[in-house]
Amino acid sequence: MATKIKARQKGDATEILVLVQHPMETGSRKDKKTKKEIPAHFIQTLNFTVAGKSVADVSMGTGVSKNPLVGIRVKGAKSGDKISVSWKDNKGETGGAESAIK
Amino acid sequence: MKRRTFLKGTVASSALAVAAGAGLLRSGQVLAADWATDAFNAKDVASASKAAFGSDGAADSQDIKIKAPLQAENGAVVPVKVESTLADIKSMAIMVAKNPTPLATKVDFSGASVGYYSTRVKMGKTSDILVYVNSGGKILKASAMVKVTVGGCGG
Repeated sequence: MATKIKARQKGDATEILVLVQHPMETGSRKDKKTKKEIPAHFIQTLNFTVAGKSVADVSMGTGVSKNPLVGIRVKGAKSGDKISVSWKDNKGETGGAESAIK
Repeated sequence: MKRRTFLKGTVASSALAVAAGAGLLRSGQVLAADWATDAFNAKDVASASKAAFGSDGAADSQDIKIKAPLQAENGAVVPVKVESTLADIKSMAIMVAKNPTPLATKVDFSGASVGYYSTRVKMGKTSDILVYVNSGGKILKASAMVKVTVGGCGG
């Protein structure tokens, strides 16, 4: 599942945006054809780092939309700083991405 | 028609969500250590905030700004942005009051972060979106009403 990360300057802060392709299934939806319940499958934790330091730990429940788009802002980040994100879902699958601030 | 399925799902979900949760635990999946199971499985705002922040009483604050649409055509994707000028923000949580499990997401900040968080949430029906902020140990909140159009064709 693809994960994308990008950063842009917002005044004196840097905004970091992450888009993860993930179904975020609640576990209470049924398959229309088979009438079977679709098992829950959603991201639970997502961690942001800037220049190797953790800046934000996001936790999510099933109330976050499919393909989560999450943004945070940090201060004091410089051009060239590495940014990264890593996530883990309720099935133990993981993913992440990294980039650098332009 | 995805939205319709989602709505059906949310109506039927209280008991099912518990069952799903139990099933996950039974099958021996390793839950992330910092995922607050109690808070995310809580069925109402009071118990969710108690589980997430250790208190169900929070004062209203003018310094928490919620940017969300007044009317959402698609309840499955409702963009929410939270900005706050409060000092020493340790964490923020977004809850949808009338969802079967209100707590949608919580973020814990460390160090350089400023009081900003944006995400997209699911909404089963017209509801208040509540934002809880831990500012230096003090729990404050704000809310914004979002109408969810049932017909899905805009108002």
